[in-house]
Amino acid sequence: MNSSQLLGLTTFAYLFSAIIYVGLFVFRAKKSGTFATLLAAAALLLNTAGIGLRWYESHQMGIGYAPLSNMYESLVFFAWAIAAVYLGMEYKYKNRTLGAFSMPFAALAMILAGLKNPDIQPLMPALQSNWLIAHVITCFIGYAAFALASGFGIMYLLKDRKGISESSLLASLPETRTIEEIIHKTLVFGFLWLTAGIITGAVWANSAWGTYWSWDPKETWSLITWFIYAATLHARFTRGWGGRRIAWLAIFGFASVMFTYYGVNFLLAGLHSYGGG
Amino acid sequence: MEKTTNPVWRFFASVKLALFTLFILATTSIIGTLIPQGKPPEFYIEAFGPRIAHFLQILDVPQMYGSWWFIALLLLFCNNLIICTIDRLPGVWRVVVQDNLDTPVDRLEKMPQRQVLMADGDTSSLGEAASAIMHKNGWKADGKDKADGRLLFAQKAPWSRLGVYAVHLSILIIFAGAIIGVLNGYKAFVMIPEGASTEEVFPFGTKKAIPLGFSLRCDEFTVSYYDNGMPKEYRSVLTVNDQAAGKTITRPIVVNDPLDYKGITFYQSSYEPMQGFKISITRKADGKQQGFQIPFAKKTPWEGTGVEFGIINRQIRSRMGDVEQMKVWFFDGQGDPSVFWLANNGNATIARPTGIYEITGRQMFATGLQVAKDPGVWTVYLGCVLMLLGLYVAFFLSHRRVWVYISRAEAPGRCRIMVCGVSSKNRLAFEKEFAGLTGAFAEHPSFNQPKEQQA
Repeated sequence: MNSSQLLGLTTFAYLFSAIIYVGLFVFRAKKSGTFATLLAAAALLLNTAGIGLRWYESHQMGIGYAPLSNMYESLVFFAWAIAAVYLGMEYKYKNRTLGAFSMPFAALAMILAGLKNPDIQPLMPALQSNWLIAHVITCFIGYAAFALASGFGIMYLLKDRKGISESSLLASLPETRTIEEIIHKTLVFGFLWLTAGIITGAVWANSAWGTYWSWDPKETWSLITWFIYAATLHARFTRGWGGRRIAWLAIFGFASVMFTYYGVNFLLAGLHSYGGG
Repeated sequence: MEKTTNPVWRFFASVKLALFTLFILATTSIIGTLIPQGKPPEFYIEAFGPRIAHFLQILDVPQMYGSWWFIALLLLFCNNLIICTIDRLPGVWRVVVQDNLDTPVDRLEKMPQRQVLMADGDTSSLGEAASAIMHKNGWKADGKDKADGRLLFAQKAPWSRLGVYAVHLSILIIFAGAIIGVLNGYKAFVMIPEGASTEEVFPFGTKKAIPLGFSLRCDEFTVSYYDNGMPKEYRSVLTVNDQAAGKTITRPIVVNDPLDYKGITFYQSSYEPMQGFKISITRKADGKQQGFQIPFAKKTPWEGTGVEFGIINRQIRSRMGDVEQMKVWFFDGQGDPSVFWLANNGNATIARPTGIYEITGRQMFATGLQVAKDPGVWTVYLGCVLMLLGLYVAFFLSHRRVWVYISRAEAPGRCRIMVCGVSSKNRLAFEKEFAGLTGAFAEHPSFNQPKEQQA
């Protein structure tokens, strides 16, 4: 079995676990909760093994490199980060309804990866740097947190409506206050990693080109995203924004993350072109 | 100290202004990602028409991130950070250093976390027992005698309140580093053919060369390829010759591994194939060897041997024009000339009427070096480290304070023990930590007695 088959299996495992989590929420089948968690954890293990195997395969081909270098590999790692951050949060908050709004992102990332070419390509000279590893890992942990925050934003908007009856589906969601707290915690976590991602990118750019910041579209969009989240955190910390506004900002911020990650590669030209392949 | 009510000051210190500036910075930054930056004026006329192009030029959109209005926005942002910090820091600083044993007892009664116990004993012995419990739970307490009892206080991470200001300061440090780099540094470029030297480099946007103060030679440039034809490595061997310092340094550079000398850094950036070849010929009979640098399609004699040779054709590998193999014409004055293909960097042995010759050949290149002098870069990195530390402290650490007030109760020989606490953030985590402490009190024999009804 090769890594792309293993990662193909991972896609199904994430999809299955996402369906179970959504099922838990829709049918309030609390008893299958442990099963959902085990499945998500197994999918994460498969994903880890897939990344590890791909790493090993690249060494077998004599071009060994950490598999974090193109769109396919970054999507695979994105899925990994989403599942890992989510399972951490499930453990921390002891709440599985969060899974219905998290694991679909992991499945989606793997499905998108499935549309990409999984061939192992050697690294071009600009990518041959240990900063690549630090940069991709930090960025995608941040992106994963922002993906979850936007999922919880949707959760908040669903819950925050008048006249939700006791028997309604939505009654099983956590209280709006709790969701809001979780959104905030997730944003803060993502912001720290996004900052680290921008900084490692800048250090890498400086070691490759002698300029830590060159206002290339990808850099600029990462900064725009950073501004959006910085503004969101300030609005909450000091102006007491909460509830629907923060939920919307979490969704809006993630749209900016996605544009930085995906949109820039296809719509705008720049130094970061190798992310597109 | 009362906060000033000066409206101008209040405006610049406000978070509203910060939110506004962040919003404007984010939205205007988009412009430069949609409209290509730094192109010649004709580009914009062609792309947008003369009228819009003129308008874009007036607003400096083609170089918007260095335009007066974008710099002004960044200055407004810095100004906001500075004023906001001056405005708030003194108050926060007082909280960090204040003597919490002076906190009035009636304020303690209103703390968000509070629990009251009753116990037998006097204030000093119970105080010692309480202090020991706190210490065991990670709270190092100070004590002070009050009018009707004893107050103990302990805190964790009071300095964590400064985290957010460290982040603000880090942004200013990064800007300072950027300014140092702009004022005292430069970005330049230089193309050096193999075997040639340069003592100056050419900054972007100006024609005036900058002297390096030493000489830099390109000894060799090589490109290597993966099996699938992708470039694997661009490598230049550079020699710095600093006569003033009496130093010569030779070092290879590749992309991501530049050469740094006297604060000037040389990055492998590009290359150009040259119209020339390096040929080396060895005559096996007597081991006589000679190296040549020859242009394309020109017959060259090897003096004193009667040998003539040249490169009469070549096969190009990539768009860059690098040669995969070259066709060598070789003649030693007898018989027919030898004509054969020689791989770039390869060698060939040919038998001729005058003996056996070994020939190696390679295409010549010029290496393109990005040159940067940026004395501000370490300041920028310092700012980055401070920003990450500051964010961590600001987000994940909180200033937690607990007080234990032991006061004499009305019943003789009884004391009332109030444990209370407050956290600057992460209320839920603090509730647990506080419950751990009060739990330890409840289990301790000195305090394990029915508690008073809470107010």
